[in-house]
Order: sequence, then C-alpha cells, then structure tokens
Amino acid sequence: MGEGFFSRGFLGRRRNRQDTALPPGQYLEDGFPVLSAGPTPHTPLEEWDFSIVGELDEPKRWTWEEFKGLPSEEITKDIHCVTKWSKLETRWEGVSVDTLLEGVETAAGYVTAYCDGDYTTNLPLEDVTGGKAWVAYAYDGEPLEPVHGGPARLLVPHLYFWKSAKWVRGLQLTTYDIPGFWESLGYHNYGDPWLEQRYWGD
Amino acid sequence: MQLYRTLWRLAEVVEVVPETPRTKSLVLDVPDWEGHKAGQHVDVRLTAPDGYQAQRSYSIASAPEDERLVLTVDRLEDGEVSPYLTEVLMAGDKLEFRGPIGGYFTWEEGDGGPLLLVGGGSGVVPLMAMIRHRAIVGSDVPTRLLYSSRSYEEIIYRKELENLAARDGSLEVVHTLTRSRPQDWSGHHRRIDSEMLAEVSWSPQERPLAFVCGPTPLVEAVGSALVGLGHEPARVKTERFGATGG
Repeated sequence: MGEGFFSRGFLGRRRNRQDTALPPGQYLEDGFPVLSAGPTPHTPLEEWDFSIVGELDEPKRWTWEEFKGLPSEEITKDIHCVTKWSKLETRWEGVSVDTLLEGVETAAGYVTAYCDGDYTTNLPLEDVTGGKAWVAYAYDGEPLEPVHGGPARLLVPHLYFWKSAKWVRGLQLTTYDIPGFWESLGYHNYGDPWLEQRYWGD
Repeated sequence: MQLYRTLWRLAEVVEVVPETPRTKSLVLDVPDWEGHKAGQHVDVRLTAPDGYQAQRSYSIASAPEDERLVLTVDRLEDGEVSPYLTEVLMAGDKLEFRGPIGGYFTWEEGDGGPLLLVGGGSGVVPLMAMIRHRAIVGSDVPTRLLYSSRSYEEIIYRKELENLAARDGSLEVVHTLTRSRPQDWSGHHRRIDSEMLAEVSWSPQERPLAFVCGPTPLVEAVGSALVGLGHEPARVKTERFGATGG
C-alpha cells in the first residue's frame, strides 16, 4: 500500500541536509522526549547494584561505588525512537558492556536486560558486544536523570531506543531468545531502525 | 505469540469534527477494519509529491465497537503532521495509516477495575476510547476520570463526558483547569497533585487500575504521586505525549 499515493496538499517541512542522517520514517528532535510504560522508579544509590547472571560460571555484581570505579567511556551517538523521533550526536558517559563481560565465558547467544519497574528487553549477545553497547550513567555531562533512566540505562544506539532499557539493573545471559516487554506486545524482536523494524512482521 | 504484519492501508476521511480551538477529530472509514482495543494507537503517514514522507502516532478515540475509526489530533504550532491533519485534511481525502498498535496501555471490560483515568490535554484521547467502550458494552466498572485542561474551551469531549456521566452513576468526571477558568467555575483550578489524587482516586486498598496519559511533566507528577499514596506501580500504566514536532 502507498505506492503512488500522495497526501493531497502535503509538502512536508523543508528538508535539510541533516535529514539524510535519519533512518526511514524518523524526524529530527531537539528536545529529549520521554516514554515509559509506568511510574518512574527511584532506587536509592545505596540499594542500587548491577548484576550479570544466567549462562556464566560465576554471576557478577557491582555496587554503585564499584560500578562508578570501572573504566568508563564517552560516547557520542545518534539515537532513534520507535515513536519516530531521532536525536543526533547525543553525548553519554558509561561503562562498555565489553568491560562488564571481560573474562566471562558463556555459551549464551542472547541477553535479557532487566530493570527496576519490571521492564525487560532482549538482544542478541553480538549486539551488545564489540563496542556496540554501554551502561550509561551520565547524559550531556550531567548525572542521568531518573526520568531518562537514571541512575543508569542501557545504551544500544544502533537499535530502536526501547532496547536502551531505562533503570537497568542487570543482564541475564541466555542460550535462547526471550522476547522482552515491548517485544511481547507487538514491537519488533530486533528493532533495526535502518530497516524500519518497528512492529512484528516489519 | 501471533506474528502479523501491520500493513499500510488507506482510510477515507468521512468527516473532520472540530472539538476545541486546537483539536479536531478525524472520522475515518476503514474497509474491513479488524477492530482494536481501547487505548491503542495508529501510525499515520503523509507523502509529499516528491516522495518525502512523515510519520506520527495518534491515539484512537473511538470505541472498538464504533462503526467508524476516530482519531483526535491536537495541533502543535511547530508541528509537521498535526497542522496538516487539523487544517488541510477534509472529507473525501484519503489518509494512509497502519495499526492498531500497542498492547499495554489498553483496557477491556474484562480487565475490571475500579478504573482511575487521569488525562492531561489531548492525553484524554485513549482514555475516551476506554470510556466509550465501557458505555457501549454497558459496563458498570466504577470509573473516575480526572482530566486536566488549560482552559474550559480546551476541554475535549466536554459535552459527551457530561452526558455520559449524567446517565451513568458509576462514571464520575472531575475537571481541573490550569491556566484560566470561567468566573463561575467551582471545580479544581490547579495542576493535578497528590492531594487532588487522594481526593478523587480510590484508596490503594481498593486497588484501582490506573491509566495516566498526557505530557511528560503531568505523567511524572501523577505517577510519582500515585506510588507515593501507596498504589502498586504495576497497576499504574502510563503513556506520554512528550515529543514536539508532531
């Protein structure tokens, strides 16, 4: 559907060069919209920890202090939300998932990120390793606000932004793929914005 | 899990109904509409003559049982899609869309209650679909709508809500006006806060199912206040209209 169809009287906003950096169906956003399915959790930092569990010999766990002591990276990436907005060159600081998985031997092919508020999202392991994913705790030079996922959120900028789970508390390594929250509710299991994989069957 | 593909399709615009100075309802004829759940949305796609396309999501305002699919659209001043939908689109035009989409912020009679609906501005749209669904199926699930608008003139569906509440003892509608109010206004006239929610809502012991939809500051405030009052976070479902440029 849609081949040869034009919306009578629609010209669209004047296109600029930046639009070429946008995946199909996305528009440029200067603000930072917020989307989530429930109330924003506020976990005190002294109760916060980050764990890696599942298919590995010894589960790993860091307190907030320990986590902040891990080598961190500054990341500048474009992000793309399934609700159509994209934001270019967002600046983050956090710990690479490669750093978290250092020394881990696993037969797992997938990870489930689990979060405060019982949110989960699933990803192939190869999409969070090799410099493709971080656990970010700062945005634009400031501690990450709770409304944007603070104290820490997953950052997987090459996939739609719901994969960058807010309020993340750990990764579960699994040998099979377990659809997460939105992935069970009609959203695409993988979510590549460049292939416009928004919903089931896209 | 049933995998289906949500295909783009064309609806015919039957009518464009002004609701408030900023909002209009698009009444659509969709051949073979398979139905939706109250609370779901659709994606709308506009195509310019040079092939440029713009997509946005809009909540469905009609009940699943309604014959026509209705979207209510708020015109954003700096928007790209909403000014077209509210100012240019007219009866007889075709509109490309796909959906229904979203399986979480939904309510069906069988989900029970009591139902606490909290909306701000056009955030009332998916809540209205729930209220209409409830009315059409004759549900008596106790329902309270707390609805924040900038002014009296900007209350969407005001008459219909009045009429529904007048003939249905299990539906209560409470308004608050945040910017201006008529001289004889006796209702709330401030942003929704914890005190107002405590007054309007059921107690946490009655375990209401809450749906909160509106701009991010409202959703944040209401979500935190409900949790602070002792409501279970898992029974508070939120949807936010945070984006500009729609």
